[in-house]
Amino acid sequence: MTDAVSICIAERAAREIADGDVVNLGIGIPLLIPGFLPAGARCVIHQEAGYLGMGEPARPGEEDPTLTDAAGQPVTLLPGASCFDSSVSFCVVRGGRLDCAVLGALEVDKEGNLANWLVPGKWSPGVGGGMELAQKARRVIVATRHTGKDGAPKILERCRLPLTAPRCVDTIVTEYAVFRVRPDGLHMVDCYGGVTIEQVRAMTGAPFSLALEKAA
Amino acid sequence: MSQRLQGPAGIDKRSSLDDAMASLRDGMTILVGGFGERGFPFRLVDAVAKSGIRDLTLIKSDANEDGIGVGHLIAGGRVKKMVASHIGLNRKLIELMQGGNIEVEICPQGILAERIRAGGAGLGGVLSDVGIETILADGKQRVVSQGREFLIEPAIRADLALIHAQRADHFGNLSYVHAARNFNPLMAMAADRVVAEADEIRATPGMAPDAVVTPGVFVDAIVSARLQ
Repeated sequence: MTDAVSICIAERAAREIADGDVVNLGIGIPLLIPGFLPAGARCVIHQEAGYLGMGEPARPGEEDPTLTDAAGQPVTLLPGASCFDSSVSFCVVRGGRLDCAVLGALEVDKEGNLANWLVPGKWSPGVGGGMELAQKARRVIVATRHTGKDGAPKILERCRLPLTAPRCVDTIVTEYAVFRVRPDGLHMVDCYGGVTIEQVRAMTGAPFSLALEKAA
Repeated sequence: MSQRLQGPAGIDKRSSLDDAMASLRDGMTILVGGFGERGFPFRLVDAVAKSGIRDLTLIKSDANEDGIGVGHLIAGGRVKKMVASHIGLNRKLIELMQGGNIEVEICPQGILAERIRAGGAGLGGVLSDVGIETILADGKQRVVSQGREFLIEPAIRADLALIHAQRADHFGNLSYVHAARNFNPLMAMAADRVVAEADEIRATPGMAPDAVVTPGVFVDAIVSARLQ
């Protein structure tokens, strides 16, 4: 079941992907993004397990257990796709060929620090490929709910949880706003979802300036 | 032209499961291929489970899920240490780890791949800056090279590697399919003994030379992947 908030975030984050980008999509909201890319979009989707060129979800009856997305759902490959081992897979990431990674967040702060892999003593699933994606993708987009389940801000002055990578986030997309992380702090470039800028300020744990961008 | 040399086609590494796994013993370090269940050597790991060996160090991309794959070995208290990048789908392992009943080493996925590749390549390790400003760098040796600071990530080698391939020939040449390749070709180079199970086993040559992903020289024994 995909909820309306996740769909809203994925739809807005999809507009941050440039035509022709090589993109990695994290589990959860980021994996919803392909459904919102414009028809004919030429982006090349990378998956850590070892392929470039992920296509549509596999049709019922045509699933291939060797071909799934990061969340284990059966997918297809597009013409021009390639398969490779885990070393090559991360050469794409560390070698500078990954244009964009879309990741979730537990916390993200005004310097672009990202925490999304560990809550000490409570949640410790390991890091997977997350550190390399956050640290080495040319552009990192965080796609996250604006606040946690308890209503507390996820966008902070400074992350408190152990970091995935420092100073790595370029853009934050939530169900209410888009922020760019710049050397002088956060800039809100879009606001939607029926909230005022003051309401967004109340839900955000860091100051931000306004720099609204024209809709593309 | 005469066929004076028979070459790889004269070498047959097909084996019974029992013979292939005869080296199992307590305390060994085992590389296990697969990304979750994709390219996971189910039949070989099942043989490890049935053997009763314990105090194992397992190295795998992830820890499977509760009740699946290496999950059986972990839940049975047979694993002393797990080296992996992601363990989030194995709640039993997390519970054992939090209770101090198993040692877990978390390694970023691509760096785990490179450490294993280095082990297979006869190197001592790799220099990497991944996670250098995070808690995963705690306790790791640092070195400056070409003006940049790196962590020393030690090579990984094991006593045994358990591999899953889509196709093998009798010499042990292997090929894989889609995302079931993952760590298998890297692990196939990084252990003293390498046992591969394959969905399809053909007489040598089982594939065109350019289609071979893992050359048979790295493989010691071939068994069918079919669970009997």
